[in-house]
Amino acid sequence: MTTEAPMKAPTIFSSELAARFDKLVALYPARRSALIPMLLYAQDEQGYVTDAAIEEIARRIGITPLDVRNVLSYYSLLRTKPVGKYHVQVCTNISCMLRGGQELFEHCKEHLGIGHKETTPDGVFSLEEVECIGACSWAPAVQVNYDFHDNLTADAMDAVLDQYRKQAGK
Amino acid sequence: MADVTLTVDGKKITAPAGTLLIDACRKAGIEIPAFCYYPGLSLQAACRMCVVRIEKIPKLQTACTTPVAEGMIVATDTDEIKQSRKAMLQLVLANHPLDCPVCDAGGECELQDMTFKYGAADSNFVDVKNHREEQQWSPVVYFDRPRCILCYRCVRVCGEGMDVWALGVQNRGVSSVIAPNGGDHLDCEECGMCIDICPVGALTSDTYRYKTRPWEMTHVSTICTHCGDGCKTTLGLRSSSDGMEIIRGDNRDKSGINGDFLCVKGRYAFDFANHKDRLTQPLLRNAEGKLVPASWEEALTFAGQRLHEIRDTRGGEQIGVIGSNRATNEESYLLQKFARSVLGTNNIDHHRTADYVSFAKALAGQEQRAASLREAETAPAILLIGGDPTEQHPMLAWNLRTNVRHNRARIYVVNHQEIKLRRQATSFLKISAENYSAFTRFLAGEENSIFGAEATALRETLATEPNLLVIFGSELRGAAIEALVRYGLSLPDTKFACLGDYVNSRGAADMGLYPDMLPGYVPVQQPGAFATEYGERFPAAPGLDLPSMLDVAARGNLAALYVVGSNPVHRYGVAAASLKNTFLIVQDMFLTETALLADVVLPIANLYEKAGTVTNTYGDLQLVRKAADRAGVRTDLELIVRLADTMGADVHALVPFGQGTRADMGQSRGAQSGEADRHAVWLAAQNLEPKLSPFDPSALLDEIQRLIPSYSFSRLELFAGNDQHVQATSKNNALVQISNLSQRPDGVLPSMDTLFTSGTMGRYSSKLTEVHDSRNKEILVAAN
Ligand code: SF4
Ligand code: SF4
Ligand code: SF4
Ligand code: FES
Ligand code: FES
Repeated sequence: MTTEAPMKAPTIFSSELAARFDKLVALYPARRSALIPMLLYAQDEQGYVTDAAIEEIARRIGITPLDVRNVLSYYSLLRTKPVGKYHVQVCTNISCMLRGGQELFEHCKEHLGIGHKETTPDGVFSLEEVECIGACSWAPAVQVNYDFHDNLTADAMDAVLDQYRKQAGK
Repeated sequence: MADVTLTVDGKKITAPAGTLLIDACRKAGIEIPAFCYYPGLSLQAACRMCVVRIEKIPKLQTACTTPVAEGMIVATDTDEIKQSRKAMLQLVLANHPLDCPVCDAGGECELQDMTFKYGAADSNFVDVKNHREEQQWSPVVYFDRPRCILCYRCVRVCGEGMDVWALGVQNRGVSSVIAPNGGDHLDCEECGMCIDICPVGALTSDTYRYKTRPWEMTHVSTICTHCGDGCKTTLGLRSSSDGMEIIRGDNRDKSGINGDFLCVKGRYAFDFANHKDRLTQPLLRNAEGKLVPASWEEALTFAGQRLHEIRDTRGGEQIGVIGSNRATNEESYLLQKFARSVLGTNNIDHHRTADYVSFAKALAGQEQRAASLREAETAPAILLIGGDPTEQHPMLAWNLRTNVRHNRARIYVVNHQEIKLRRQATSFLKISAENYSAFTRFLAGEENSIFGAEATALRETLATEPNLLVIFGSELRGAAIEALVRYGLSLPDTKFACLGDYVNSRGAADMGLYPDMLPGYVPVQQPGAFATEYGERFPAAPGLDLPSMLDVAARGNLAALYVVGSNPVHRYGVAAASLKNTFLIVQDMFLTETALLADVVLPIANLYEKAGTVTNTYGDLQLVRKAADRAGVRTDLELIVRLADTMGADVHALVPFGQGTRADMGQSRGAQSGEADRHAVWLAAQNLEPKLSPFDPSALLDEIQRLIPSYSFSRLELFAGNDQHVQATSKNNALVQISNLSQRPDGVLPSMDTLFTSGTMGRYSSKLTEVHDSRNKEILVAAN
């Protein structure tokens, strides 16, 4: 919709990420093709996509913040609210469901004392029920941040969570 | 493109190659339902209502995205298709309340019609419908989320059409929702296009919502009273305690010059008519110096007698007349004729918003060089110098954007400001405000070091444009216009448009509301036929222009001033005391700054309350129909005639009435009230008009057409509601002979209106004021 080059402005991102964004927007024939990777990187660096990040990404690409929100809201892996240090994503899609995914999710709820899309008061864990994460062969599967844990039982899940809890202070 | 032949429902039809199947069918009278498809906007293929069966293709196809092909065999109405459409409707209705009887769109809802047609009101869904409260997004826009069927028309019209991009779609699947750019509100141009285009009751306007039902209104198409583009608008009216009240304005039938476009003013700013300060009784200044209500008889007799007395004792040259930018052609024509032939003065002028005189002069002797507003949508290349169409000519801006979108038109913008239309421009050249005149000479070849390489490149590009449309704003006047037109004429087939500010600014100029120009830009000094037409009082010498009249009044030498639909005291910053020695008659809707100083105030009807014609700034002449009605007011036309009458003038000489067809006009009230309309339609179809009374504008239109050769057009087309293009001057216009015209001051005072203001009248529109005030922030346009 617009071809005007965005102006240089102070960034809210780390200098490495800002440099990466400079490259990304120039990489594709259309600047807005860089939108989704930029949102992901921004989320990785800041924990979630902040309003300031939306503004800056819009400015960098040369689209409206509304355009950014339209795309952002489409993808459930992009979020606009903070999550815990460890974001526990339990799959309850068909393969996992058949192998106890639903029960595993209930178990996590109980163990952590939080529900879907909630965060523990200490900010260590957050929980989310998700659709297939591509680990069906080893169902039931859980993704914590970018790490996979599969073939889980309630006990194995507890062990995984304890492991993270131990790391949390570090 | 070559035509292709295809078969639809067993019927052979032809359409140009590349036509979409849906358009080809509709043109052939075969109805294809559609929610998301909207002619002129990008294709969406979201609703699947338009599905058809095409032979040899295994699945049903969307007619809105399929181009016609030779030999294609199509079925549009089989059981399979009906079932498919019904299923789509059931999906759409899964979360849509079925409460049409209380929905604002009930009765004119496309979903309601389709549900009736395909019988989809029953549903296989058992889930409870998800209710959300309505939201108000702006002073005009409301959103009722459960009613939205996600056709994306609003998103596209706001983005592609308006270039505002204020609406988006968020979330996914069943939770998708239309979202405004401000999070919970809109920062936008408030045009209401999204509301108008919404097929259901999801987007509604504050002005109209829940006030009435479409079938309870009377619909009259007339012309918007605001800017110089003159959009056609169909007003929805209902009777009120003191007349007929306007409750809606739109152009949903897409007839007329503007298609379905209207800006915020055309769509919502008609509420000035109902402002609480509206005058509905004449006022006379009493012995204590207070304005007090009077009867029409008293007011008109008093005003007429005083004018009569002043003319006979102090002479016509001591009387001034100021006309209006919003009165009809007939009224403006009559006003100047009244001034010249009854008052015996050439002291007549109006608030000039563009230098039409220089434009007419520059084009004198040329034919078909002034462009219609329609041409902005088709011209392959446009040079836009000065002006800011987005703010001041929204319809023109819409046409230019459409032209770029549909035809890849090249727009070359030259301006001293970074106007929004530069976003659609092939090139944007910024010059400083005082250099417009130098730039026109530069274009014509005069070298000038203030213009750099960019300007030179532009000049070279323009030289290669064979069909240039040159549109210029009021920054250009006098010699600059002449230079620009001379330059344009040196290129092949160039056309021109001069931008003035109000609905009939051009008409006022064409009708001779000038101290030195008669109707059709005939100089007073060479009056030709007018010399005998306007009788013996018609002075030979040009009169005073508006600023001079005010100066002379301040010096105590203007005995009387007659102001019709204008507010010069405010516009020209006149001190109240400077009019204290002048007998002042003001015709207005409100007690304006000018009316406050008057000795006689006569309450008038606005453009929506009368009939006649107006000419937009491009020369498109259109019919104004009486839509609304207000007890206690009268048209300018009637008041001028009555004043002339009380002065003892020969009304037959002033208005050539009583020479038309005499007909039984039927009843205008009661059971047979439609009869008058039917007669009028018949008469119009026969190219006949009744002209039974001196208040009939068509009698004056006869005279206008007789005396202004360039106003030649088809009356039949006009009365059928079609715009007719007129040129500023005809061939051999007398103007060319006037040598000292370049020295004439142009007297132009641009109104500087924005999208949300409209002169004095705009201040009395509550909606416009509300929108204006709520827009403290800049419009959040994309990516700046
Ligand atoms: S500018 Fe505002 S009112 Fe006009 S279409 Fe866009 S959102 Fe609707
Ligand atoms: S609000 Fe109306 S126009 Fe917009 S997507 Fe929904 S139904 Fe379509
Ligand atoms: S563009 Fe001008 S004429 Fe058209 S609706 Fe707006 S103000 Fe009225
Ligand atoms: S269904 Fe759980 S990973 Fe695919
Ligand atoms: S009209 Fe064809 S899919 Fe909507």
